[in-house]
Amino acid sequence: MMITPRRLGTVLLPLFAAQALAAEPARNPRLDDQTQLPKAPARALGQNHFQPPAEADIPNNAYGDLVRRGQDLFMNTKALAPEYVGNEMNCVNCHIDRGRKADSAPLWAAYTMYPAYRKKNNKVNTFVERMQGCFQFSMNGKAPAPDSEVLTALTAYAYWMSSGVPIGKAMPGRGFDEPPLPRGGYDIARGKVVYDRQCALCHGVEGEGKKVGATSVFPPLWGKDSYNWGAGMHRINTAAGFIQHNMPLGRGKTLSDQEAWDVAAYVNAHERPQDPRLVNGDIDETRKRYHAEDGVNLYGVVVDGRKLGQGVK
Amino acid sequence: MPSTILRPLALGLSSSLLMLVQAAVAADGEAIIQKGGASPAAMPCMSCHGADGRGMAAGGFPRLAGLPEAYLAKQLADFRAGRRESPLMQPIAQALSEAEAAAVARSYAALPKVNVKTGAPERPREGSGAWLALRGAWERNIPECTLCHGPSGVGVGDAFPPLAGQSAEYIEAQLRAWRGTPAQPGGRKTKPVAAVPPTRRNDPNGLMQHIAADLTEAEIKAVAAYFAGLGDTTEPFDASQHRLR
Repeated sequence: MMITPRRLGTVLLPLFAAQALAAEPARNPRLDDQTQLPKAPARALGQNHFQPPAEADIPNNAYGDLVRRGQDLFMNTKALAPEYVGNEMNCVNCHIDRGRKADSAPLWAAYTMYPAYRKKNNKVNTFVERMQGCFQFSMNGKAPAPDSEVLTALTAYAYWMSSGVPIGKAMPGRGFDEPPLPRGGYDIARGKVVYDRQCALCHGVEGEGKKVGATSVFPPLWGKDSYNWGAGMHRINTAAGFIQHNMPLGRGKTLSDQEAWDVAAYVNAHERPQDPRLVNGDIDETRKRYHAEDGVNLYGVVVDGRKLGQGVK
Repeated sequence: MPSTILRPLALGLSSSLLMLVQAAVAADGEAIIQKGGASPAAMPCMSCHGADGRGMAAGGFPRLAGLPEAYLAKQLADFRAGRRESPLMQPIAQALSEAEAAAVARSYAALPKVNVKTGAPERPREGSGAWLALRGAWERNIPECTLCHGPSGVGVGDAFPPLAGQSAEYIEAQLRAWRGTPAQPGGRKTKPVAAVPPTRRNDPNGLMQHIAADLTEAEIKAVAAYFAGLGDTTEPFDASQHRLR
């Protein structure tokens, strides 16, 4: 095997990365995590959300093949890219309607916002790095390489879906349009009542989800097969937005702000896989660094006499 | 000669008495399926649902073979309680004792599950039945059927029964039962028709009702035809396999 400078890079880079991690275990500096995004602009009165192109308009050429492959990966992430998915989640679980639905973190409202400058840490992150974050946190797995077939196909799919969206313009419908924290706050016990009545049917009483054969149909909401403590969905405010707009499936917008917050709090008051950014094995340290100012979340918080954020394997 | 014909002859008059005893001890699901329950009104299931439990398309009689036990038991209970209306099934469900209903559900659940050959992801055409089944109509808040009923509509858990393996007649009838019929205003030559309320009100959390109400008649036909056309492979259900969406 000839070692070209480029190949040398691909061989050595992981070693450097590992070293960097050992010296600075806090984080991979290139990683774009899933910390709170700014609020999306509201829709003007009577204005519709952006309409992504129709599936039938994907061209029948090499580009179209790549876009379709991206869509397949988006819907069947665990089945088609198992080496990168550490739990039972697929992209489409959080991005409803194949990443097309407004207020369900649609791809068309995300793609054109990258590369993104983060003032907080004076970093610039690319769309590919953002997707790597999805694999590490939401799918509790391993980030595919930036030039991997998986990320190339997913990028092509997001690019195609964003046809016609202005570059760099925050679109209404971006993110999950989170409801405001109710005046009286949220209540985990009340959330359990909502959960048992409305959610347990599909996601299971123990949040374990449901499968057909090897394929996860209803994703696990906590435990070892769910998103980890670093995923954006672990924030109660973010989960409240997702739930209120999309759950129960087909009956979105039926839960009140209060119910959405309560049930989101109940779901996110359960153990899940550890935050991969864990600092020196210390939950408090990790909370200070990554969770204290990241929306409303229970990482490192004592609930019912037990400190959350222990992680489960 | 099938034993189903010989046995009742041999047992003669004592058969119903025997079955009464059986039902009291431990109801025999298979016997009820083949010969009916202790009450004469509890007719043999197989006369409508088929000797193999796969239903009869022409009459709109559904497949019961391989459906989840809890789902079947719930349907029988719902027929009895009137949450699911059917002039045919309600008297039968009411005639079955609780033990008999449980035994029938258990026996049908033990029969082979419907299976659909796994393959590459389908590329449905917009506006087709396959599109509704695999993509839904999210602009109307209608999820794709397979999102809850599982890839290829093979069913998920106890609450979401298989759609594969059912006939178009049955699926159409259920969607209409959830929807009911809206009132028709009278014209110059036609009388107004009163609305028919839904005759099926037993979907958990009302998940099916709004979906059925928001589908057009053409969509109901198309999506029913799609699932009816998936067929049922003779290969056993392989739970170790992924099913692509």
